[in-house]
Amino acid sequence: MASPAVFASSAGVEPHGPRPRRAISRRNVIVYGTLLVVAIYYLLPLYVMVVTSLKGMPEIRLGNIFSPPVEITFEPWVKAWATACTGLNCDGLSRGFWNSVRITVPSVIISIAIASVNGYALANWRFKGSETFFAILIFGAFIPYQVMLYPIVIILREIGLYGSLWGLVIVHCIFGMPILTLLFRNYFTSVPEELFKAARVDGAGFWGIYLKIMLPMSLPIFVVALIIQITGIWNDFLFGVVYTRPDTYPMTVQLNNIVNSVQGVKEYNVNMAATLLTGLVPLVIYFISGKLFVRGIAAGAVKG
Amino acid sequence: MTSVLVKDVSLNFGAVEVLKSLNLDVTEGEFIVLLGPSGCGKSTLLNCIAGLLDVSAGQIFINGKNVTWEEPKDRGIGMVFQSYALYPQMSVEGNLSFGLKNAGLPKDEIARRIARAASILQIEPLLKRRPAALSGGQRQRVAIGRALVRDVDVFLFDEPLSNLDAKLRSELRVEIKRLHQKLGNTMIYVTHDQIEAMTLADRIAVMKGGLIQQLDAPQAIYGKPVNRFVAGFIGSPGMNFLEGRLEPRDGQPRFVADGLDIPLATYAFDAAGFRPGPAVFGMRPEHVGLNSGTGWPFSSATTVEVVEPMGSDTLVWARLASQNFTVRVSSERAPTVGDQIVIGFDPLRASLFDADTGVRL
Repeated sequence: MASPAVFASSAGVEPHGPRPRRAISRRNVIVYGTLLVVAIYYLLPLYVMVVTSLKGMPEIRLGNIFSPPVEITFEPWVKAWATACTGLNCDGLSRGFWNSVRITVPSVIISIAIASVNGYALANWRFKGSETFFAILIFGAFIPYQVMLYPIVIILREIGLYGSLWGLVIVHCIFGMPILTLLFRNYFTSVPEELFKAARVDGAGFWGIYLKIMLPMSLPIFVVALIIQITGIWNDFLFGVVYTRPDTYPMTVQLNNIVNSVQGVKEYNVNMAATLLTGLVPLVIYFISGKLFVRGIAAGAVKG
Repeated sequence: MTSVLVKDVSLNFGAVEVLKSLNLDVTEGEFIVLLGPSGCGKSTLLNCIAGLLDVSAGQIFINGKNVTWEEPKDRGIGMVFQSYALYPQMSVEGNLSFGLKNAGLPKDEIARRIARAASILQIEPLLKRRPAALSGGQRQRVAIGRALVRDVDVFLFDEPLSNLDAKLRSELRVEIKRLHQKLGNTMIYVTHDQIEAMTLADRIAVMKGGLIQQLDAPQAIYGKPVNRFVAGFIGSPGMNFLEGRLEPRDGQPRFVADGLDIPLATYAFDAAGFRPGPAVFGMRPEHVGLNSGTGWPFSSATTVEVVEPMGSDTLVWARLASQNFTVRVSSERAPTVGDQIVIGFDPLRASLFDADTGVRL
């Protein structure tokens, strides 16, 4: 046995327990300094937007965009929500908000429902040509949207859904399908195959296994799909502007019309408030589902 | 009476032949172990019997009924998996009742069967728990229970003990044996662990390359392996193999190799009898005597090269006819490296194989 003295440090203190760490080391300064700079870089625009949206127009014209509002006013928020004009309508973003809700909710539910069953079937019920089917589906994810814009206009026109909310819902479901199916297939593939076999021996069929075994195990992946779909569909602009009419415009399109209007005075405070309002939904989703997401992963991490 | 009959079953995955026209006849109440190295097709065969894989050719009968095209649930089987495969979101009770609910059994019947299985496996205190809150041994007990409640004639085990640690494995092994004695069901058990196979089986089917190499009682497989593969696969430490020739001398069959001359007068040749030519001589390390006098029909002096203590026994490595040869002795009598030793054995316990085909002579 070597004597413990051999291992004594140069400082004369025999090492024991946790290794001492200095609070201010070069490493810490670099790491936290970088984090701080990056955080400011991302938060500064948000700060400017919030501050500006709470100012009146006279105060904005002074030009001090970083200074906090002298007199806080919520009028721009109210105007952006209820009375801002887009084209002929002067009922603010509220119309677009409800349109977006009516587009997003069914799109998310339908696309996730179909894609999860797709993924489940592709992962667990291999059929002849299922790999080919999957390859074709994934290929769909790589086709540029622009190529399909006009053909879909024609299809929607022919089935009489062009310009309606349901037309847009269908479009969102179709375009969400490849990536969601991939997501679910990969998740269900990672579920132990023996679980699936055990359920078959226990007499559960296609839907029985899906509803009673697979669904309760897949909360994390459903939350992920939910985040992807809600933010993706809520933030969509291209499909919204192409496939809807002014009275069915989603919120993003309406926001664009408010902010980019060329007539009259540019009301920066209203624009900022409108932008924040539009971004609020994805933000809230991130906050809520982020927590759920972590909990879901923790629940799924326990091996069955 | 035949319980499970596998008739000319083949299975191909694309160009790969996993099972090659395989036949297996399991008697009612019998405990059959399918034993073999990974990739030999033993789990595949079990999955075919369970109906989880469709066969490419052949038929499967369970209790006289042709079930080749039947769904797993209609075959009258219960299955236990290596990874337990318990439904993680259900309680133990939920796991046990899942199959019965799917079968549409009345509630009191389900409760009765769960109570019976729980008392047999002593898992009553666990019924309300989730699988995540169980230890490995408890989980596997629940998994066995899930097969038990189905009240079936045939139990299929797919390496059920491979995920457990050594101590638990030997405990559950005994429990499975007890369970079999108590229930008297037909059991087909897949494993790559020869100890499990030897201890549990009424008959062992040693598999390799999608074929059953030998189907026999454990003692017969150990004592009279039909080919070199079975001889090498069964037994730990493995059988010694010496390459050489069979030659007649003085009207007696002998095995000759590089200064070695073993008389085979006591060896029981197969029906074809003794034929001279290249051959492999097999002898288990535990059937070799060390420095134990002159009572052996054959003995030879050599030097100890390596000593491997294994607790109760010690494995001694030496050379015979410049080929490796091991002897298993009890640890108290173990020699040290460099010692001169005399090893002796009785060719009666040897196994001779054809040098080319590996078939027992």
